[in-house]
Amino acid sequence: MRINISRTKIETEFVKKVEELSGQNLLACYQCGKCSAGCPAVSEMDILPNQIIRYAQLGLKDELLASKSIWVCATCLTCNSRCPKGINIAEVLEALRQILLRKRRDYVGPAELSEEEIGEVPPIALISSLRKFTS
Amino acid sequence: MKVSYYPGCTLKNNAKNFEDSALSSLARLGVEVEELPRWNCCGTVFSLAADDTFHQLAPIRILVRARENGSDALLTLCAMCYNTLKRANARVAGDPDEMDKINQFMYREDTQYEGDVRVLHLLELLRNDIGFEDLSAKVVKSLRNLEVASYYGCMLVRPREIGFDDVENPTVLDDLAEALGAEAVDFPFKTECCAAYQTVTDIGAVADRTNQIMGSARVRGAEVIVVSCPLCAFNLDHRQKETVEKYPEFKGLPVLYFTQLLALALGAPVDDLGLDLHYVDPKPLLEEKRLI
Repeated sequence: MRINISRTKIETEFVKKVEELSGQNLLACYQCGKCSAGCPAVSEMDILPNQIIRYAQLGLKDELLASKSIWVCATCLTCNSRCPKGINIAEVLEALRQILLRKRRDYVGPAELSEEEIGEVPPIALISSLRKFTS
Repeated sequence: MKVSYYPGCTLKNNAKNFEDSALSSLARLGVEVEELPRWNCCGTVFSLAADDTFHQLAPIRILVRARENGSDALLTLCAMCYNTLKRANARVAGDPDEMDKINQFMYREDTQYEGDVRVLHLLELLRNDIGFEDLSAKVVKSLRNLEVASYYGCMLVRPREIGFDDVENPTVLDDLAEALGAEAVDFPFKTECCAAYQTVTDIGAVADRTNQIMGSARVRGAEVIVVSCPLCAFNLDHRQKETVEKYPEFKGLPVLYFTQLLALALGAPVDDLGLDLHYVDPKPLLEEKRLI
C-alpha cells in the first residue's frame, strides 16, 4: 500500500481534533509496539494500534477513518494499561470513531438488527453496542 | 455506613440470578443494603471522549440518587456499572468546572452533586469490610473439590486507577473461591477481553474469544468459570452455542456468577441461585459435587 506523507497533512485540523477529543499527546509515542502485542482484537485489525498512533501523528485522515480497526476495538483498555509512555490508545480510537459518529456516520443501524438478534442479547450488550457505534 | 444498592438494567432480567444470589448472600452475612428507590441506566460504558460531558450525566444522576437516599457509598454488582459509575465520579470530582456544568444542567434536581459518594463493588465489600477469613468462618457448605477458574474480564481491573486489584494479575475472585473452600484454577486468559458488545454485530469474534478463554481454563482443569459481569456471562455462556458451530471440537463449561457460589456456600436455598437462566446447565456439576 502506498501512503503519501506531507507537512500539510501533519499540520491539519484533523490531528488537532484527534488530540483534543482523545486528550492525548500523540507525539509521546515511540513505537515500541506493546499496545499491538497485547491487543486481543489485533488479528482482525487492518491498521495495528501502534500504527494508528503513527498514522494519527502523520495526519493520515482518510486511511484512519476508513479503517476496520476502529470498529473491532472493544475498548478493553489493555493497550492503555501497558503503554510505557502513558498514552491512552483506546481514547485515540474513540476520537476517530467520534469524528465519524458526530457526522451521523453510524456503524450500527438499530433498524438493521433483526428481532431475533435483538431478542437474544441482554440489555447490557445492546446499550453498549449502540452507545459505541451510533451518534 | 449506609450502603445503597444500584442494580443496573441487566440484573433485573437476563442476570436476575446475579442479583438474587447476591442479595441472598448479603442477608446471610447480615449486611443491610437498600436498593435506590429510583434509578436510571448508567449508560453501560464510560464515555472516553475528552469533551463529552453529556454522557457523564446518567451516571452522575445515579450518584445524586444515592446522596438523596442518605448514603455515602453505592454498591454495584455489575462490572460495567461499577466501572462507568466510578470513572464518571472520578472524572467530575477531579474537574470542578465540569462538575459545575453538570450541576447547572441538572438544575431541576434538588441535590447538587459534590463528588462525595463512594462507588463500591461487592467484591471490595467482601474483601475489605467483611474479610475473607471471617467469610470463610461463615461457610456452611464448603465448595470442596470444585475447580473454579475466575474470569475477571476488563471492567473490574482496568484502568488501574479504577480497579481494586492488580491490573495484570488480579486475585480477588480466586481468593474468594478459596475462602469458600473451592480450588482456584489460575489461567492466562483471565483478564483477556471477551469481545464485549461486539456480540451484537460480530458473533464470530466472540466465538473466537470464548474458544480461547474457555479452552485455556479447561486445559488447566477448571470445572466452572466464575464471572462478575453480565456481558462476560452472556458471551462465555450463551455464545457457546455459536462457538461450537465455529469450532466443532470446542468443549464448554458452565459459567456462574461469583455470588451464586457465595450463596451456595453460605447455605442459601437453591431457588435463590436462579440456575435456570444459564445456557450451559450448571446443575449436573453441582449435583455431582453434592452441592445442590
